[in-house]
Amino acid sequence: MKKRKSTLPFAGTKEQEAQLMTVIDEHRGDPGALMPVMQKAQDIYGYLPMEVQSMIAKGLGTSIEKVYGVATFYSQFALTPKGRYTISVCLGTACYVKGAQKLVDAITKSLGIGPDECTEDGLFSLEACRCIGACGLAPVMTINDEVYGRLTEKDIDGILAKYKA
Amino acid sequence: MDMVKVKINGIDVEVPKGSTILEAARYLGIEIPTLCYMKEINEIGACRICVVEVKGAKSLVTACVYPVAEGMEINTNSKKVQDARRMTLELILSTHNRSCLSCVRSGTCELQRLCQEFGVENESRFDGEKCDVTTDDSAIHMVRDNTKCILCRRCVAACAEQKVAVIGVNDRGFDTHIGCTFDVALNEVPCVSCGQCIVNCPTGALTEKDDTDKVTAALNDPSKHVIVQTAPSIRVTLGECFDMPIGSNVTGKMVAALRRLGFDKVFDTDFAADLTIMEEAAEFIDRVKNGGKLPIITSCSPGWIKYCEYYYPEMLENLSSCKSPQQMFGAITKTWYAKKMGIDPKDIFVVGIMPCTAKKFEVARDDESASGYPDVDVALTTRELGRMISRAHINFKALPDEAFDNPLGDSTGAGTIFGATGGVMEAALRTAAEWLEEKPLDNVDFKEVRGTDTIKEAVYKVAGMDVKVAVTSGLKGAHELMERVKNGETFHFIEVMGCPGGCVNGGGQPIQSATTRSFVDLKAKRAAALYEADADMPLRKSHENPAIKMVYEEFLDKPGSHTAHHVLHTSYVDRSKDVIR
Repeated sequence: MKKRKSTLPFAGTKEQEAQLMTVIDEHRGDPGALMPVMQKAQDIYGYLPMEVQSMIAKGLGTSIEKVYGVATFYSQFALTPKGRYTISVCLGTACYVKGAQKLVDAITKSLGIGPDECTEDGLFSLEACRCIGACGLAPVMTINDEVYGRLTEKDIDGILAKYKA
Repeated sequence: MDMVKVKINGIDVEVPKGSTILEAARYLGIEIPTLCYMKEINEIGACRICVVEVKGAKSLVTACVYPVAEGMEINTNSKKVQDARRMTLELILSTHNRSCLSCVRSGTCELQRLCQEFGVENESRFDGEKCDVTTDDSAIHMVRDNTKCILCRRCVAACAEQKVAVIGVNDRGFDTHIGCTFDVALNEVPCVSCGQCIVNCPTGALTEKDDTDKVTAALNDPSKHVIVQTAPSIRVTLGECFDMPIGSNVTGKMVAALRRLGFDKVFDTDFAADLTIMEEAAEFIDRVKNGGKLPIITSCSPGWIKYCEYYYPEMLENLSSCKSPQQMFGAITKTWYAKKMGIDPKDIFVVGIMPCTAKKFEVARDDESASGYPDVDVALTTRELGRMISRAHINFKALPDEAFDNPLGDSTGAGTIFGATGGVMEAALRTAAEWLEEKPLDNVDFKEVRGTDTIKEAVYKVAGMDVKVAVTSGLKGAHELMERVKNGETFHFIEVMGCPGGCVNGGGQPIQSATTRSFVDLKAKRAAALYEADADMPLRKSHENPAIKMVYEEFLDKPGSHTAHHVLHTSYVDRSKDVIR
């Protein structure tokens, strides 16, 4: 599946930029510097928007297309920001057969975002994940570090309401 | 050199250690087919067309990247090899847009040729998931149709080799596709329009924007006086469109073909190349004598100009303000010639036959309309002209040799060599040296600046001064040279051509397969024909061109005059900010 790209404006801070520059300086000249720098950049910003990829390309003397090519090849890199609350719905086998897709659909209906997207207010982002090892509670979702199990789509609005408060 | 003994198809051969199987086979005249391979630029072993059988190896190996070893026994043509290649082709076809009948590359498509060679009988044997990336026709000079892309990555390598690197491989699996960063359109990134991606594309995925219909319409419009000019290099490459050997000089047939296509006048950009030398040599001397910006850098190559505007805006002042020969030709045609012939410039339609896709960008630039109308209306590539000739059913090889029309068909050997790297420098030196020394040159050959090396340097003693010159072709060389200049190295005069080898290897030239490009020195062969033509010319210095003298006497006064500046010079823009990078 093609990677989703963020449509939200870039909101990076000066501090984040300074952090990224430090990382780039540490790796400048190393062969194979690109991936580690991209990983750390994602740690700093939560995702890799165009502005960040441009800084990486300029900093390492490579092209932004090359950075983008790597970013879209590896699933670990995200082009969309994470919300303050990351909703992660398990689509592993057990959860899936217990109706996890219905949870995703319900969240999409409630928040207006699909997988790998973030709400405009930056509160929620949604992602589909693979088995988290809680098959006994299937279907499962997590919001940041909270685990919610044995869910039906009817539970979704109530759970989300807690975080909106 | 350390040698190793190997056996290929039962024949013993000794080859240098470290050779690949592909190279080793060539010592025996055995050609192994390739598709993604480009010598030194794209050696990635990805397409698996070049697979061969190596005795003792677990599976077939890719000949393009597999080094030979002592005692190795190789079979390049077993049934297993042929079956594997056919299967690979069938799998490539499974995601390929197989509209070959209407494809502009039909006949020159490397995939098509391999399918014929390996006996692919059912092009639809497999049906894979298709790439849903839409066609990108945002750029003025080219179109990318991803449905015909086979992901060989040759364009990506060519673009990176040009130090432009605006295209690459995005996403993965069935979604893998060639595109720009964040999948923006090509006109939103700093693409310099050089077209090197096109001449390296094996299929019809990358093509120039075809402007032949515009020319045909003009030719059929009785109110238009349609004038064609042919760039210096076209005469030594056009023959390749009609299966003639690389390096054939077809000047006479080219002129004859253009006349038969219906152009009112068949003129020569070589004339304008001579004109460029008049202005550029004068500009050089003026900058040297009056403390102007040095080094002066040539401005004939629109790919290079665009590169400079995107990547080296701080060097824009160094560029010669001379328009390119194509534009000078159009400018003088729609001013001096129009007046002389009593034709309203609005009724003149100037077509440039160019080795270049960036020329399509150039004709649309600002400050390129001396008469108030665009200097040049349409720039066609060599390939498009070849297509027009074929469409008109002209038997090119059987044409008689005809001569250019006068006066804008008159040229010297200096104009002719513009088509090869070093040619502009040599032509400029022939004139500048003679002007500065105020006596005829003993020897007009400046051989140090000839040849296909990426960067050539020389110091010439001219009128007591050491003139340090450098010549580069291909933007990688331009990048290197600009960095050296920025770091304080002194040069007086620099020639830059955007494409490796200069215009003879331009992005608009006839397409040769990657195998040919890897193992035949295309640039040198085509250039040799130009230098041969130069040597045979009665006049070899631009300022001796009688038509040039006439233009200055009747219209321009002298090089660098007010009129010359208005008509023949242009300006540049800093484009570094308005793109995604």
